[in-house]
Amino acid sequence: MDLTLTPELATFREEVRAFLEAHGGEYEAGAPKDPKAWQRLLIDNGYAARTIPRAYGGFGAAPDGLKTRIIAEAFIDAGAPRGMSGQGISMLVPTLLEVGSEEQKTRWIPPTLSGDIIWCQGYSEPGAGSDLANLQTKAVEDGEDFLISGSKIWTSTAAQAQMMFCLVRTEPDKPKHEGISYILFPMDTPGIEVRPLKTMTGQAEFNEVFFTDVRVPKTNVVGGRGRGWQVANTTLKHERGMLGDPNATEARLKQLIELMKSETVDGQRIIDNPIFRDRLMQLQARVLSMKFNGLRTMTDDTAGLARLVVKLQGCELNHQVAALAIDALGELGILYQDGPHLRAKGRWQWNYMFDLGLIIGGGTAQIQKNIISERGLGMPREPKTVEA
Amino acid sequence: MRFALSEDQTMLQDSLNRTLADLVPLERVRRFADDEGPQQVSDIWMRLAEMGLPGLMIPEEQGGLGLGMLEAALASEALGKVAAAAPFLGSAVLAPLALKLAGTDEQRRRWLPKLATGAVTAGVAISEPIAGARDGAGVTAADGRLTGQALFALNATGADLLVVADKNGGLHLTHIAEAAEPMPSIDVTRRLTALTFKDTPAEALASNGALDRLRDAAWILLAADTLGAAQAMLDKAVAYAKERKQFGRTIGSFQAVKHLCAEMAAELEPARALVWYAAYAFDHAPDEAPLMAAHAKAHTSEIGRFIARTATEVHGGIGMTDLLGLHFWFKRIGQNRQLLGGPEKVREIAARMQGLAA
Repeated sequence: MDLTLTPELATFREEVRAFLEAHGGEYEAGAPKDPKAWQRLLIDNGYAARTIPRAYGGFGAAPDGLKTRIIAEAFIDAGAPRGMSGQGISMLVPTLLEVGSEEQKTRWIPPTLSGDIIWCQGYSEPGAGSDLANLQTKAVEDGEDFLISGSKIWTSTAAQAQMMFCLVRTEPDKPKHEGISYILFPMDTPGIEVRPLKTMTGQAEFNEVFFTDVRVPKTNVVGGRGRGWQVANTTLKHERGMLGDPNATEARLKQLIELMKSETVDGQRIIDNPIFRDRLMQLQARVLSMKFNGLRTMTDDTAGLARLVVKLQGCELNHQVAALAIDALGELGILYQDGPHLRAKGRWQWNYMFDLGLIIGGGTAQIQKNIISERGLGMPREPKTVEA
Repeated sequence: MRFALSEDQTMLQDSLNRTLADLVPLERVRRFADDEGPQQVSDIWMRLAEMGLPGLMIPEEQGGLGLGMLEAALASEALGKVAAAAPFLGSAVLAPLALKLAGTDEQRRRWLPKLATGAVTAGVAISEPIAGARDGAGVTAADGRLTGQALFALNATGADLLVVADKNGGLHLTHIAEAAEPMPSIDVTRRLTALTFKDTPAEALASNGALDRLRDAAWILLAADTLGAAQAMLDKAVAYAKERKQFGRTIGSFQAVKHLCAEMAAELEPARALVWYAAYAFDHAPDEAPLMAAHAKAHTSEIGRFIARTATEVHGGIGMTDLLGLHFWFKRIGQNRQLLGGPEKVREIAARMQGLAA
């Protein structure tokens, strides 16, 4: 254990801080005034797309978890917006880098990094949630093209996206894991219909997408025909890393402490109520555990199990932080949308509901427990039912 | 920067785990409860002395290994893993720390070399000013003499030296008590003692807040002990679930069972990082250490309780039996939870440390 920064890293931290100070006028309230210009500036300085090769529009630095963390902390401290983080940047780009053709990389990665192309992800279907490999959206050969028919669900940003990366069944006669392909297509291709999917938050954070004979060239397949399951798994690995990020949880806990110090009931601060205070301390211990667990996963080769638990524990913890905020607000905690008594524009209420979705999405808590027990503890798999 | 054990720390951990697995098998744990228990403790301590464990934190010039709190936490974890009886916390950590922080050169010269070899052991009575006084206990000090009762003294049975905290948090050294009565507890692996003083001569240590550091050290090491004991219970539960068959399947293939194991691992693994950090902070970030120690103690108490009951449940009925012996770890975790402040008490102190409570 040595948690001191080397002189090189200490200098690096100073550089990041100086950068943020110099460019403080280009964002306000945690959002950039010109998102694309901000993204360009961050890439040019190595604070976004840091490890993406220069040939594909990135900064081209060697991977370094500690520098990544230093950047993240400096941005949180300064209240500065991070680079763009849509599913194209966080999931498609790493996948293309790993398995895409040279043509696909040069064509799609630069405009994705710059924010000129927004992507959405077509994975889940009404009949294929946790059992994703059971997906039924079919792609039928027609000359040099596929004709895609079927539907997807839980598609965030489908209405804003210009492109989709999508899992389709190209080989219906093969076993379910071997018949899937990973394919890219524009969202304005004829035959695509997007319908907003309103959730319990009252907003449509997701969409349903319907396909009727959507014509896509075969050359848009990534990683080879019938290889989509393996390709998707490289992407899901990146998604699970994003969910349950301890830096975000720590920032939320700070806001919760401020809330409990500033809110009063009958003139008594919430923080002065020993029951609420005890709940806060319990959560603080959990937030610290996940923070140090995160540090450990970056630098400790023996931290395999520590990595596997991040999605399950991190998402649960976020939900509990929001739950305590709602309880601390008391009757104010049931207000929503608008009104003179609403706190933080209803953000805690929205988090409380949306975070439950994150416990389910990206691999449910139950799927995570399967992964932890099977891969982490070496326990036997559920016996499979015989496929029809 | 590296959040991981060093090569030396990993080697220490491995050799402790290997030695203790041989030295403290379950048959030996059972004998801690017998009349020959104290002899067992002494035998184990002498064997651990060959590895230098009694002098782990004592400076090299006084015959110790001069290692830090993280190494002590690894040792506590290893002891908890096999439910070993050994005067590690009092004799190897808290008493040397008291002498280091608040003793005179003369006191250090007199005691540290003997503690380092294990020839002498020390008991520590600091419960009342930390956890609060029960049944009117508490020690008052006046004119170099101690009077009153100190409950829940650690490693005090057969100790040659006692470190005693008075009601005001002052620390004292003494050899004797008027009476030392055992306090039979759920955990037979570590005996507790009620010490009575009546005008007992004692040497006052410097009054410089050393008790707070002793408290932090004790909290961190009780947390590490729970970590080791809980890991042992999880390992046993997983091993059992892979072997035991019902309905024609190993029970570990049922999600109802394996999800319990996943939940235990998911609670335990991040707690390990918290305990490591608290131990690291004790030596390298002293400003942060009190809060981290408090959270480590309270949090491992909570997840320890969950793992102790869940690992027992995974074993089914056999988990409750004396024959299996799982209860030794169950009770050890339970004792760590209450000793020197239960989680509610410790969290209240944690809130106070941050100015969140009066």
